[in-house]
Amino acid sequence: MSAVIDVRDLRTHIVTRWGTIKAVDGVSFALGEGETLGLVGESGSGKSMTCLSIVRLVPRPAARVVGGEVLLDGDDVLRKSDAEMQRIRGRKVAMILQDPMSSLNPVFSVGMQLREPLTMYHGLRGSAVAARAVELLAAVRIPSPAARLRAFPHQLSGGMRQRVVGAMAIAGPPRLLIADEPTTSLDLTIQAQYLGLLKELQQRHRFAMIFVTHNLGIVARTCDRVAVMYAGRIVETGPVRRIFTAPAHPYTRALLESIPRFGVRRARLTAIAGQPPDLATLGAGCAFAPRCPSAFDRCVEAPPETDVAPGHATRCWLHGA
Amino acid sequence: MSVVALPDRAARPEPGQRSRRWPVVSISIIVVFVLVALLAPLLSPADPYEQSLRLRFRPPVWEERGSWANPLGTDRLGRDMLSRILWGSRVSLAAGVVTVLIASAFGAAIGLVAGYYGGRVDATLMRVTDATLSFPVILLALILAVTVGPSFTNVVIAIAVILWARYARVIRGQVLTLMQLDFIAQARIAGAGAWRVITRHLLPNTLNTLVVLVTLQIGYVIIVEASLSFLGAGIPPPTPAWGSMIAEGRDVITIAWWVSFFPGLVILLVVLAFNLLGDWLRDTLDPKLRQL
Repeated sequence: MSAVIDVRDLRTHIVTRWGTIKAVDGVSFALGEGETLGLVGESGSGKSMTCLSIVRLVPRPAARVVGGEVLLDGDDVLRKSDAEMQRIRGRKVAMILQDPMSSLNPVFSVGMQLREPLTMYHGLRGSAVAARAVELLAAVRIPSPAARLRAFPHQLSGGMRQRVVGAMAIAGPPRLLIADEPTTSLDLTIQAQYLGLLKELQQRHRFAMIFVTHNLGIVARTCDRVAVMYAGRIVETGPVRRIFTAPAHPYTRALLESIPRFGVRRARLTAIAGQPPDLATLGAGCAFAPRCPSAFDRCVEAPPETDVAPGHATRCWLHGA
Repeated sequence: MSVVALPDRAARPEPGQRSRRWPVVSISIIVVFVLVALLAPLLSPADPYEQSLRLRFRPPVWEERGSWANPLGTDRLGRDMLSRILWGSRVSLAAGVVTVLIASAFGAAIGLVAGYYGGRVDATLMRVTDATLSFPVILLALILAVTVGPSFTNVVIAIAVILWARYARVIRGQVLTLMQLDFIAQARIAGAGAWRVITRHLLPNTLNTLVVLVTLQIGYVIIVEASLSFLGAGIPPPTPAWGSMIAEGRDVITIAWWVSFFPGLVILLVVLAFNLLGDWLRDTLDPKLRQL
């Protein structure tokens, strides 16, 4: 199976007054059709930057993709011209962002906003657009879609709006859907519904999906594979089941210990000691070493990526040669 | 039964309720002003240019020696004050509307571009804006009047060349806030280019501000145009303009107060009407704009 998206050694730097921050530092992963990758990590670990680098919309001029390849169906998007890139966005890669309150334009009705990608991508006109817009709203399970076309964003609930955003995202339909914490600001019950909807859309359109979250529960439910990011690097990647049952990296283990689990009695949830590192002053060694309970003298050098099992790799000296 | 006293909501209007009622007075003044400007030839009782030295400095009708032939009296050259005021509204309205339209279109475009692109583009455009704002309108108009000669076009140019900067600054500020919102990012991710984002997403979201600013600025431009005409750098005589009419009556204010008084009064009323309407629009459309 050929990969829909193949990211190789992606590097994105942000230039600040305090020095250059390696926000994305050699990230690699690949996803096939219909596959979902869960990208997890603390705030500032580079998850969102990785996603923005893929669509080449990192906040300029401070941030810049400085190296690597992003192969979308075998084509490197980092080498495309701006005009070509504009045609790729939306048509081949779509993205759903976190905040449903501001992700729709407040001055236009839902219908007008849905029509925009349809006319832009498919050149549809007149009644064909309206019909397709209704189809899209129905596809994201919005009741009485024809009537909703006339609604304005402020008349819809957060969950509804996020569905509309979803409808716009699949207008392509895309080959890759990036969902950047799409359910963080939704109610728990709505979250579950929305995740179900995304899986359903994925089964229908067979797109690859990158799911950014810091909720490991969601990862367990929706993803095939997981990539754990820390300080701009993927420290561990593998199939969901492996990561949950046999985490190899101390950081992954710490993350798993910090979530409450039903039915498991524990006196306290364990917090990870210390603070996330300051990326501007990061040394050459393992970035997690200062907070790591099992750190030892080799950790001052950067650990290479090591295979623990087939498809399961980590960057940690505990598993190194 | 509970004795907790609930505030009587029906009796007390909510804060801001009063300002949401239509500003009838302002709107009527503006409507009358626009109608008068459009229909001046039909409405004025006499030719505003016709001089008659026999009839100079006739007082308004209610004074001794006043007559219905010249309800608001006559000026130094015996021209009918009422007709001249009616005709003068054309200059004020045209100057106000044309100038503000040019300035707002250009200023908004600059503000949108600066806010959208940010970085160096923004820095450059905003320095130009600051420089423009530090230049006095009156001085520029005087320079134009002295070098090219006073005319309606020059008045419009002089004011618009400086006024756009206010729009640029306010709109750019709004765009900066809008750019933080997800729907802009979402639009860009969906493949919208600069033009589409600016025209479809940014501009419609700044229209409220633009409408408020335009209304407030029309009043301001009318004042500036009147000041320029007063100084002789505006509309050249004999075209009736309110500012120059005030200037003409300045020397005779002790013996013929009406020559300056009535043009001054209409300027006051019209500008006040635009300002009140602008305030009302601001409170109704976007209460966050208090600083304008």
